Amino acid sequence: MTRAVVTGIGIASPNGLGPTAYWRATLHGEAAIKPITRFDSANYWAKIAGEVPGFEAGRHLQGRLLPQTDHMTRLTLVGTDWALRGAGVQPNDIPDTDIAVITAATAGGYEFGQRELQKLWHQGPEYVSAYQSFAWFYAVNTGQISIRHGTRGPGAVVVSEQAGGIDSIGHARRQLRKGVQLALTGGMDSSLCPWAWVAHQASGCLSRSNNPKRAYLPFDRDASGYVAGEGGAIMVLETPESAAGRPGTRIYGEIVGYASTFDSRMPSREPGLKRAAELALRDAGMDASEIDVVFADAAGIPELDKAEAEAIKGIFGPFGVPVTAPKTMTGRLFAGGGSLDVASAILSIYWSAIPPTVNVENPVPEYEIDLVMNEARHGKVKAALVLGRGKGGFNSAMVVREYR
Amino acid sequence: MSRRAVITGVGVVAPGGIGTKAYWKLLSEGRTATRIITHFDASPYRSRMAGEADFDPVREGLTPQEIRRLDRAAQFAVVAGREAMADSGIEFDQLDPGRIGVSLGTAVGCTTSLEREFIVGSDRGKYWEVDQSYAVPHLYDYFTPSSMATELAWVVGAEGPVSVVSTGCTSGLDSVGYAAELIMEGSADVVVTGGTEAPLSPITVVCFDVIRASSTRNDDPATACRPFDKTRDGLVLGEGCAIIVLEELEHARARGAHIYGEVAGFASRCNAYHMTGLHPEGIEMSDAINIALKQARADVTDVGYINAHGSGTKQNDLHETAAFKRSLGAHAYKVPVSGFKSMIGHSLGAIGSLEIVGSLLAFEQDLIPPTANLHEPDPECDLDYTPLVAREKKVNTVLTVGSGFGGFQSAMVLKKVEGAGR
Repeated sequence: MTRAVVTGIGIASPNGLGPTAYWRATLHGEAAIKPITRFDSANYWAKIAGEVPGFEAGRHLQGRLLPQTDHMTRLTLVGTDWALRGAGVQPNDIPDTDIAVITAATAGGYEFGQRELQKLWHQGPEYVSAYQSFAWFYAVNTGQISIRHGTRGPGAVVVSEQAGGIDSIGHARRQLRKGVQLALTGGMDSSLCPWAWVAHQASGCLSRSNNPKRAYLPFDRDASGYVAGEGGAIMVLETPESAAGRPGTRIYGEIVGYASTFDSRMPSREPGLKRAAELALRDAGMDASEIDVVFADAAGIPELDKAEAEAIKGIFGPFGVPVTAPKTMTGRLFAGGGSLDVASAILSIYWSAIPPTVNVENPVPEYEIDLVMNEARHGKVKAALVLGRGKGGFNSAMVVREYR
Repeated sequence: MSRRAVITGVGVVAPGGIGTKAYWKLLSEGRTATRIITHFDASPYRSRMAGEADFDPVREGLTPQEIRRLDRAAQFAVVAGREAMADSGIEFDQLDPGRIGVSLGTAVGCTTSLEREFIVGSDRGKYWEVDQSYAVPHLYDYFTPSSMATELAWVVGAEGPVSVVSTGCTSGLDSVGYAAELIMEGSADVVVTGGTEAPLSPITVVCFDVIRASSTRNDDPATACRPFDKTRDGLVLGEGCAIIVLEELEHARARGAHIYGEVAGFASRCNAYHMTGLHPEGIEMSDAINIALKQARADVTDVGYINAHGSGTKQNDLHETAAFKRSLGAHAYKVPVSGFKSMIGHSLGAIGSLEIVGSLLAFEQDLIPPTANLHEPDPECDLDYTPLVAREKKVNTVLTVGSGFGGFQSAMVLKKVEGAGR
């Protein structure tokens, strides 16, 4: 079977731009959930978010791209540039038809969309941007990456709410198996504008606390919802043979297992997260005992935390494996969240350290999980399991391993 | 032994009628269902026409709660999904739910509901800071289109892989291609797939107005979409949904199912050219066609019918005509081509699935639906586009293609499966 290795990682996270800055901040537990600055949150009950600071799109992208892109597309394009640079891929290294682009989306370029909706209804149809037809829609990031880098291989976009960031990487691996050499994959997301914020508030999932240290507390007895954030990760995924074509290419790790399942609406049925994890382990041909850390979905919603703890306990036994949720530092990043978790798992393997879960002080004892709290744990990490869930019933699991 | 993905059930909501029968009647008679928009007052807009579905959710059996909760596109998916499930003859509650998946295509998701709620929350765009107190409880479901896959998965009882595939106007082809991959790789035995779209709201109309992609023949809406005709002046929007039950071949054979055909080959390509433009040479679409044919182990001369994208824009007509010639060579001139958008308009992320279903019905009926409104062929488009009248022909292999904003080019090869008659 064709193998899939990660050779480049582009990260835009509320606590760091680029894999080095992100990893340093994450290992130190640097939280980046803060009062919202991107719009005036005075009239909204939720007032905190994980914003990516210090990102000046104009420093990285040509001016002509700015009027036609939403913030999330700008993050995506810059993240993709970084991932390709990290992987040492130069134009023409790889035939353009042998490069796939597979991204995840949740709500498209929403801030762009709000602006154009406002123009349409307040000023009139003639004021609407000629770019609205694609800047808002869900497929935009894949299309823009392909155009920017001249890739002519397969392109796709998957939407499975917050599980999508994992699904996109799973689908990218499928493309490698079908014969392409390299895939640009993952998700970067942002929907921090008033019109998106009203939707986030309506989801019923946002924390009612506006204290950045007490708002997003997965597995804690005070869990009351999550905090929304922006950012994510775009990765270069390729076959080992393709990577070997560029001597000196660093291989961070390998994607060895993936599966996705869905929750039944019937309460009598068991939630599908455990099954997704088991199927991903089976896909990897690995036993649970070989997993050194679980990057949890960590919903921060009591019933979902309980279900996830039960799934983890069911597979690994009580306190059977270290569990962590670095997203407690950034908030949940929607289509970007799963991808950033996979990137974090890969970096854990690469740097032999498990980043901590922050702010959680009182994990529910009945969950019986070994939550990595406050301090990073240093030591060899050979393999990690990444879990992700999306509102509506989506479950995805991915197994990453050191490359050997 | 390799696993194969076959179609055993179809369901349709389309302009001109609800259900597969009404849809086929329209296609086979070459009638058009495009008209002046009735869903809202389109008089301020440049293009005021669309293929609208006469869809009454109450008559289609949706509950008051479903009608309140679901965007129109999700309602379509539920109704067409139920038809496809019944048509397949599968007793879904007897299957292992973990082996059932859902892959749903949509280009713009629940835009219609989002726009409606935006108008209220912003008081017609007056306030940038939308008023939170006007948020409806299901606003987040409209925010992300994966809620529509959730809804369909609930109808089906799926607990396997579930996702939305959203690649603009190729979504309806790509979602089915994705579903076929799930079956072939062994992740599921049955995948309920297809595409749904109900984009007819001012913001969508304006999107196509401002780039002058849509037709302005507002005085003659029934004949406004004229692919391959030299008088064509743009696309006509549409809405609709087609849901397809895709099943592993042996699974279908074991229960003696009627098999419409096989998804024998599928490929997508990015054109890396322009978010909305098409290169006249059609290289990437041709690449996709070649790969799909190869995967289907089909020779170019096996292709008995090409279901074109046929959106009604000049650049599309030249683009795909070039792609067909590039891939099929001399055979391109011998094989009938037709475009359904001339009849039902362009329903964005749904149309690819509607075209698949129409092509399967062409298999069943040995009849190729025509390209409507094609009276004066563009001399630069010199293939056989099956003008105006359906043509009797026994076909065993169909090629169907699509192009989407973002540069997506997709091709699918559908083959008749031997010994699968009803």
